[in-house]
Amino acid sequence: MTCNSGFSAIFVIIIFLNLSPAFGYIIALQETEEHTHQAESEEQNKEFKPGDFIFDHIKDAYDWHILTYKDFHLSIPLPVIVYSKTKGLNVFLSSKFHHGHDSYKGFKIAHEGKYEGKVVELMEDGTDTRPIDLSISKNVFAIFICIILMLWVFISVARVYKNNQGKAPKGLQNFVEPIILFIRDEIAIPSIGEKKYEKFMPYLLTLFFFIWINNMMGLIPIFPGGANVTGNITVTMVLAAFTFVVTAINGNKFYWQEIFNSPEIPFWLKIPLPLVPIIEIIGMLTKPLILMIRLFANITAGHIIALGFFALIFVFGDMQVTLGFVVSPLSILFTIFMTFLELLVALIQAYVFTLLSALYFGMAIAEHH
Amino acid sequence: MELVTPGFGLLFWMIISFGLVLWILKKFAWKPILNALKEREHSIEDALLSAEKAHEEMMKLEADNEAMIRKVKVERDGLLKEARQVKEKMIQEAKEQASEEAGKIIEAARLSIENEKTAAIADIKNQVATFSVEIAEKILKQKLAGKEDQKELIDKLLNEIKFN
Repeated sequence: MTCNSGFSAIFVIIIFLNLSPAFGYIIALQETEEHTHQAESEEQNKEFKPGDFIFDHIKDAYDWHILTYKDFHLSIPLPVIVYSKTKGLNVFLSSKFHHGHDSYKGFKIAHEGKYEGKVVELMEDGTDTRPIDLSISKNVFAIFICIILMLWVFISVARVYKNNQGKAPKGLQNFVEPIILFIRDEIAIPSIGEKKYEKFMPYLLTLFFFIWINNMMGLIPIFPGGANVTGNITVTMVLAAFTFVVTAINGNKFYWQEIFNSPEIPFWLKIPLPLVPIIEIIGMLTKPLILMIRLFANITAGHIIALGFFALIFVFGDMQVTLGFVVSPLSILFTIFMTFLELLVALIQAYVFTLLSALYFGMAIAEHH
Repeated sequence: MELVTPGFGLLFWMIISFGLVLWILKKFAWKPILNALKEREHSIEDALLSAEKAHEEMMKLEADNEAMIRKVKVERDGLLKEARQVKEKMIQEAKEQASEEAGKIIEAARLSIENEKTAAIADIKNQVATFSVEIAEKILKQKLAGKEDQKELIDKLLNEIKFN
């Protein structure tokens, strides 16, 4: 029972935060506004740039910014782990950079050029080089949070299943079980088949919950949410690569034959120029590529639109302060609408990624054509 | 451009963390959960099946019972009929026997009556003879009260008796 109420409390908080993105986004906006003011004091006449504002929120970062008020910055410093040939392994907190203003141990955050926004090493000849950067960045930290959440939820649920064998589900189990059953009965079994689906269930479940939880966390405007994890091309690339590798490992002889030497294709399409095999190989690689781009584009687009509506306030506010106030309720309304839409997209994208992965596995293990 | 350029650090951590979470969850969460779900489904299915079986068995039993009752009824009817027949036969036989017996008794009675009658007649005859002798005696006694009478009679008798 306590487990149940604790979980529902978390859920209510998540819902609340999703319903009031205004709260979080306003903090985000204040931060940008102050940044702008700061920037003004440093460089005169620097305008509010909606593009920078939006991309600052979408990109990965070395610290987890929570809010800035006048000269006060509240952010969680994250460890920077860099290895360079000249200085070896260096591990320090990102707070040593003082929000990108200072350099530390010969490292600094580049403000322009090829490595803009990244940690670079200052070489003796005055040039910047990029060290091997294994920093626990904002996205890595968000992934860790998601993983801890997943491990905690599912291992405790598994324990309940063990202790409560043969009894009706309760608490968190009630929330998780229908989703697991949905993935098994609506995704895995129809796509892969009754006989071999079990082997792929752990991967599909992990994939679905990882994407869904990260999507939802991305909708929460403040820490521990707000990181754009599933809208990051690296993350979606890894997920797609996992699907690709699992497909390739499990591909049976029919699958590979279909790709390299399909018996239904006339020989002159295979020899001397292996036209069809080339197309098949491209097709094999396109599948994970599409998975990668679809998730990345959907989540990033959602964030861009929601932030864009807020940027409007400041674009108009820059013109005239009252105009900004007039536009703000409308912007908030649109953002609330967008957040609801994103709530749906978060689930749909997780579902689509899982379903397509399952379909690819199903193709790889199909016994005949 | 940075938006679509994969970062090496993130790639590294993502592969490690996703691989790790996949392995841990597979071992400690998905396997037990999926097994428990499967087991529960099996047990529910078994329970439903056995319930259906029990229902079928009950139906069968009921049908059996009904058949048995029908059979028993038929048997009972047969028995009753037989009993009635036996009873009638017995009555019939008893009647016959009774009438036969009665005939015999009547016959015996007639015989004994006949015998009694003859005995009675014989008795009566005897008695009549005795009475006659007694009467004759009495008459004789009366007639032979005086000496003359006695002499006359003796004479008469003597006359009658011829000496042959």
